[in-house]
Amino acid sequence: MGNKEKILKRKLEKPSEERDSGAESVESEDEFLNVVNGDEEDSSDSDGEVESSDEDELALEDDDEDDDSDEESNEGSENDDQDDSDDDEEEDQDSDDDDDDEDHQEEENTQTPPPSQSKPDEYEDHDTSDEEDIRNTVGNIPKNWYDDYKHLGYDWDGNQIIKPETGDQLDNFLKRMEDPDFWRTVKDPQTGQNVILSDDDINLIKRIKANKIPDVTFDEYAPWIEWFTSEVMQMPLRKFPEHKRSFLPSKSDAKKVSKLVHALKMGWIKTRAEAEKLRAKKEPQFYMLWGSDDQAEEMRRIHQHIAAPKRHLPGHAESYNPPPEYLFDEKEMKQWNKFKNTPWKRKLHFVPQKFQSLRQVPAYPRYIKERFLRCLDLYLCPRGIKMKLNIEPESLVPKLPSPKDLQPFPTVLAIEYKGHSDMVRTISTDKTGQYLVSGSDDGTIKLWEINTGRCLKTIETDGVVRSVEWCPNSALSLILVASGNRVLLINPHLGDFVVCSKTDSILETSPQSDAIVSERIKTTVEWCNSVEANLFDRGVRITLKHFKEVSQVTWHGKGDYFATVMPDGLNRSVLINQISRRRSQLPFTKSKGLVQCVLFHPTKPFLFVATQRHVRIYDLVKQNLMKKLLTNSKWISTMAIHPGGDNLLVGTYDRKMLWFDLDLSTKPYQTLRLHGTAVRGVAFHKRYPLFASGSDDKSLIVSHGMVYNDLLKNPLIVPLKRLQDHEGSNDFGIFGVHFHPLQPWVFSSGADGTIKLYSN
Amino acid sequence: MVAKRKKKYASGEGAHFMTRKAALKKLQLSLNDFRRLCILKGIYPREPRNRKRAQKGQAGIKTLYHVKDIQFLMHEPIIWRLRDYKIFNKKVGRARAVKDFESLKKYLNNHPTLKLDHIVKERYPTFLDALRDLDDCLTLCFLFSTFPSIAHVPRDQSALCRRLTIEFLHAVIEAKALRKVFVSIKGYYYQAEIKGETITWIVPHHFSFEPQSRAEVDFKLMSTFVEFYTVMLGFINFRLYHSLNLFYPPKFSVVSQNDDEKSIVDEEVFVSERVAALNFPVSKTSSGEEEEEVEIDTFSTEDTPEKIEEAKIEAEKIKNLKGLFKGLKFFINREVPREPLVFIIRCFGGEVSWDKLLFVGASFDENDESVTHQIVDRPSMDKQFISRYYIQPQWVFDSVNARQLLPVNKYFMGEVLPPHLSPFIDKSRDQQYIPPEEKALYDPEALEELHKKQETDDESEEEEQEDEKLEAEDSEKVDEDEEDTEDEEEEEEGESTKKKKLKVTPGEVYKEVPWEKSKQERQEYKLREKLVKNKHRKLYKSMMAGRQQRAKEIWLLRKKRRLHEEKQKEERKKKKKVEKQTT
Repeated sequence: MGNKEKILKRKLEKPSEERDSGAESVESEDEFLNVVNGDEEDSSDSDGEVESSDEDELALEDDDEDDDSDEESNEGSENDDQDDSDDDEEEDQDSDDDDDDEDHQEEENTQTPPPSQSKPDEYEDHDTSDEEDIRNTVGNIPKNWYDDYKHLGYDWDGNQIIKPETGDQLDNFLKRMEDPDFWRTVKDPQTGQNVILSDDDINLIKRIKANKIPDVTFDEYAPWIEWFTSEVMQMPLRKFPEHKRSFLPSKSDAKKVSKLVHALKMGWIKTRAEAEKLRAKKEPQFYMLWGSDDQAEEMRRIHQHIAAPKRHLPGHAESYNPPPEYLFDEKEMKQWNKFKNTPWKRKLHFVPQKFQSLRQVPAYPRYIKERFLRCLDLYLCPRGIKMKLNIEPESLVPKLPSPKDLQPFPTVLAIEYKGHSDMVRTISTDKTGQYLVSGSDDGTIKLWEINTGRCLKTIETDGVVRSVEWCPNSALSLILVASGNRVLLINPHLGDFVVCSKTDSILETSPQSDAIVSERIKTTVEWCNSVEANLFDRGVRITLKHFKEVSQVTWHGKGDYFATVMPDGLNRSVLINQISRRRSQLPFTKSKGLVQCVLFHPTKPFLFVATQRHVRIYDLVKQNLMKKLLTNSKWISTMAIHPGGDNLLVGTYDRKMLWFDLDLSTKPYQTLRLHGTAVRGVAFHKRYPLFASGSDDKSLIVSHGMVYNDLLKNPLIVPLKRLQDHEGSNDFGIFGVHFHPLQPWVFSSGADGTIKLYSN
Repeated sequence: MVAKRKKKYASGEGAHFMTRKAALKKLQLSLNDFRRLCILKGIYPREPRNRKRAQKGQAGIKTLYHVKDIQFLMHEPIIWRLRDYKIFNKKVGRARAVKDFESLKKYLNNHPTLKLDHIVKERYPTFLDALRDLDDCLTLCFLFSTFPSIAHVPRDQSALCRRLTIEFLHAVIEAKALRKVFVSIKGYYYQAEIKGETITWIVPHHFSFEPQSRAEVDFKLMSTFVEFYTVMLGFINFRLYHSLNLFYPPKFSVVSQNDDEKSIVDEEVFVSERVAALNFPVSKTSSGEEEEEVEIDTFSTEDTPEKIEEAKIEAEKIKNLKGLFKGLKFFINREVPREPLVFIIRCFGGEVSWDKLLFVGASFDENDESVTHQIVDRPSMDKQFISRYYIQPQWVFDSVNARQLLPVNKYFMGEVLPPHLSPFIDKSRDQQYIPPEEKALYDPEALEELHKKQETDDESEEEEQEDEKLEAEDSEKVDEDEEDTEDEEEEEEGESTKKKKLKVTPGEVYKEVPWEKSKQERQEYKLREKLVKNKHRKLYKSMMAGRQQRAKEIWLLRKKRRLHEEKQKEERKKKKKVEKQTT
């Protein structure tokens, strides 16, 4: 028997060992060999069909193996048998076989082992079978450790076992095509040699695969030999009676029963029927809980109960078939998705959907969640009574008399006075209402006839004209002009000739006074009675040279005194001058802040001084501070006093107008936020209950401001009309606002270099 | 001696409120027990007037309870029951741990139960109070009646919910109390009027139960609510049945008695039985004829005659509504959801049936000649009877909401349905969008307009095509006309030069431009608006902003509608064109 057969024997031993005891192993091996031999003849005819069927099964097994031999098996599917041998080899390391000697001899043999041998097996008579057919001495190690080497392991002499050449794909293919025994060729993992299986081997393998006993001769259905009897005897072999306790009732049982009886008696446990009854009782029993519909019985109740508000009822959008406009379009859908993380910002809490028919409506996925949230609200949400305001927003707007009932007031643009090339900062009219004077940034003052809109005179000054004011005294024809750091008194030579010439003559001679002018005043202002000739021709009669730029001039009601303001003058910023005596006074010794504007009281000797935040009222006779008005604004721009003298209107750069009732308090009686930007001009009408304000938003707002003689009645303020005709430039709108002295007309001068007259 | 200094928060708002933590400490309950007690007793946190003072100066937002509420809880006997539960749980836990199964069984057999009757009475001193608070109760019970057995929801609880809700539906049917119905994407809304109280509840669509994650929904909490609500609903049912002269508990002939067992086996069977039960009247205590409602003369002195008239009309309408489907016989196809339809039709006096092979409880056959309406929800049917209308289910809902039998032509099988509108819109609110379909419902003129619009749409399309043909002819004519007019003008000019010397032009009549006036008024109002008090300025601004927002929404909806209609019109046109081309 050849090398190959030995390997097979080893391989097949294991299943046989499982059945037979270890002692019989020698015997079985012999038998086994016989079988192989005996079968050789009959199996030849069935070869063809077996081949195909077995191959499939083997291929299936292939998946489990992880060895390097996989590659080879892929090359030729018939080689699969080799894997089995591989496995078995590892397991059966201790199985017995000793043909090591032969290994040495055959090692030098060719790659293809010799076919089944004809010479007698040398181990047949003395097979010790406790040694394995080991040719490779590397032991039970994973074979892939030798993947990178030329050799597979070492033989008994310590020589390398060189890997046989595998041959390329083409060789393999040719072999498969040409070699009839290719399908039964198996590779020996130990030596790497190819082994051709004999017919017996294949038969054996087939039997094992079919879960049959490999030994063909073994009779499974041999008759059973009964060594011990299975019959049961009728009579006992022993001869003594049963014990007495097996006939008597058990005492422990009796004890248990009595316990149960006691428990039943005491009601600790219930019989089934009783338990049923009890269960029925435990289910809620309903009865007439309320005696009547609406009469409450005396009971403890929740203190000041606030009922939970009901859920909102659904609108059209929630319908399963809503009108088409309720469905979301793309934009709304985007909006919806945008608020994914902040769902409370969404307009609806669901996406409206439309279904063609009722049958298609699915269950609402958030239904349970919504009910749960409602439950949470019911027990966790703090409840409180909140008064809901059920009013129309219109009711918050104060009820005021209609402007129609408050006529006359200026409503339409009547005349436009054009001529100035730069913005017109200031305007004033004479007492008769015939002439208008305007001062502009282009350094000129212009005199206009009001009714015709004709420019009568243009007088050049050398600086920016910041303030002009016509003398309130009708006996004098004088205009006060603040131009740069000079104040000019100009005789316009308009109107009554007598008055004009008289004015000239009055101003011609300056009164002699021996009063000593203090140094402080001297450095502040300088009176020049003798004017240069070219100036005199223009009508300038007196000039006052100030040490700082003059921003505002204002007359006292009688026309003898006037005040000038130099905002940069610190404690010398306000100056009171007297024409008749050509004399100046500095009323303040201390600076109270940036002076914006000063005003004389129309009837009383009071001086209003507006600093940046406050308005101070000084008594000029007693020379003390009378009142300090708190404006609660950041920056005052201008102010005007009601002809009655008890009400003051203050315009501020922070868009407000403040109406002070001087009798009432030092705080504003009313704050008017009529304008959108800084208020630059305010004015009262001398006769009509009107006031107007102009601001940087290019609008002039005329309002009704009625002051009653009755002290208990508060002033009535009604905004009447917004007039918007000026054009802006450099973010400036309207500068000067002035009423006509007799008619309900209003003038406004703007940054666009025009003056506009609005009449009723 | 110096007077004792007064402690802060010993009186006033600080003394009236206590935080939840303090309440737990005072009641000596765990948070779970406290929650349960609050739910059962209807105690809720309160919003204090001044939170800082109420929280005794503590920062943040705390859950504040009124001290009197907590005292009220302290006197509640079921607190002891809750403590018994605690003991019971300990005992059971111990028995289980030491494997003392005998006593474990004993404990489990007589576990403590809560008796909630007195709490119902306490929370709702009168029947009307209970009815007022029935919305949440019904909605939750209807939801639970669809639940399978899940953790934290005992099986008998959902079974009880099923029983009670169906009893309630029967009471509504008997009282003919249903007023409005609405199919929403969430479920069916029903509104009934019982003893002058409107009660609205939602029944979810089929297959509403979905497993929820623990973070999302806590079924234990909902189950506690249901525990109370079932008791409450039971008592309300009892009282309703009593007032309707019906036996309570009702005996349903179709439903097998031990339905508890069956429902576990097959959910479907139970649902079908439930619907079947709705189809049969419940037994009455007195067999006498139903009493006609006695008309009560009203002697209200305050109301104006118009109001009285209005009320009378309303009463008449409701009377009509109660017998809306009287004498009509409906047959429901199998694809239609039966439960809502059976309920609604029975509520308004109709007769219903369905395929008796599929579900139990059918009272007549499909072949019955007297069937007037068959409700179908499929595009077409093979076998149809001439003697009946085949309508879609929406007709039933819309008819109820319109309080009259609507014309069926829009609802025929396979038709594209008109939109289903919500009946719950408050008409008194101004500034809300009214879809044209709703306008048509209340205003016959608008209805005519709507019809006309559709007609004219069709006509105009035809006209347009005709116009195109005519245009070519017209253009020639116009050219001739223009030449004529030029000649005439020249002549006139010649005449006028002659007359120039002596001429009195008639004075123009001053015409007041209407928009000028409104413009001026608007301007005046704008000025007046600036005088709104500082105190009210923000409120005014927000109110105006809200008004603007609403106006914008209305505008948006109108625009969407318009676009939709234009689109539809175009489609129709295209269709016609295609049809013409094919012919």
